[in-house]
Amino acid sequence: MAIDLNEILTGLSEIVNEVTGTPVADIQPDKSFVDELDVDSLSMVEVIVSAEERFDIRIPEEEAKSFKTVRDAADYILLHAK
Amino acid sequence: MGLLSGKTLLVTGVITDSSIAFHAARAAQEHGARVVLTGYGRLSLVQRIARRLPEPAPVVELDVTDDGHLATLADRIGEHTDRIDGVLHSVAFAPPGALDGNFLSTSWDEAATTLRISTYSLQALTTAVLPLMDRGGSVVGLDFDASTAWSGYDWMGVAKAGLESCTRYLASHLGARGVRVNLVAAGPLLTMAARSISPSAEAEGAAPFGAEWAERSPLGWDPADFEPVARACVALLSDLFPATTGEIVHVDGGAHAIGDRPARVPAKAAR
Repeated sequence: MAIDLNEILTGLSEIVNEVTGTPVADIQPDKSFVDELDVDSLSMVEVIVSAEERFDIRIPEEEAKSFKTVRDAADYILLHAK
Repeated sequence: MGLLSGKTLLVTGVITDSSIAFHAARAAQEHGARVVLTGYGRLSLVQRIARRLPEPAPVVELDVTDDGHLATLADRIGEHTDRIDGVLHSVAFAPPGALDGNFLSTSWDEAATTLRISTYSLQALTTAVLPLMDRGGSVVGLDFDASTAWSGYDWMGVAKAGLESCTRYLASHLGARGVRVNLVAAGPLLTMAARSISPSAEAEGAAPFGAEWAERSPLGWDPADFEPVARACVALLSDLFPATTGEIVHVDGGAHAIGDRPARVPAKAAR
């Protein structure tokens, strides 16, 4: 059963909330991880590792580095999720 | 029987599954070791990564600059094991002002931070764990050859030179207790730390990370292959080097031994 973009966005905002404490309501798809969501490089690694577990995929570090916004990450996951 | 069967190791420095320490811990488990990890900062991240090892490993918090952590380390490890047979020191940090060409303008505070975390911590960690190593043991640290200067490495290079010396002094002081102390000097590997030290290494148009190293290495060098370094750690942590201490084992494709290499003559011209 394919996962849809909204489910991924919801999952990602829960993960970012868990890692950084930023309220879920503030974690909108177009927010920048680094500039707006208080995600530093190490927090970003944790967000990615959590996302890998939750969505059962692998996200190479080179790819993760190119994610600027929550939507960038969601698009990648949508494209690669089983 | 694995090389490390019956041994319990303390492994520091696991932060992602591209940490050298992660691969060393994995290889150690594959060779029969029980592993206890230390985690710094984001413990929840280290715990997640620990679950990716072949066997689950407990995580004990350790900031090597926190005297309280060091003073209680043996007790906290003691909740998981009654002894430690080997320690992997994979700890290093330099603030941006101490790296990347900033050598001449680095402040004492920046240099001191670098040296405390990357050099002194080998003594601090080893002595903190010593109460659990009363039957002797093996301490292995991770080095980047500090016998020459490297562009961009700056005060981390100074810290690694200090680490090499620290290893010799620890070897000298701990030999009588049957504790060996050695370093693995690795070629460049694509860890998160390396990516953040040399972001330009992956920039458009730049030579691929480690390409020059591979060129100089008689055996070649793949910066994405952690297995050779992981295996060297396993070997030094095992009983296979009982009379080796204060040593630096280069796991670098042979690059450290080479000034330059014979030009490769195209097959046609060689006739």
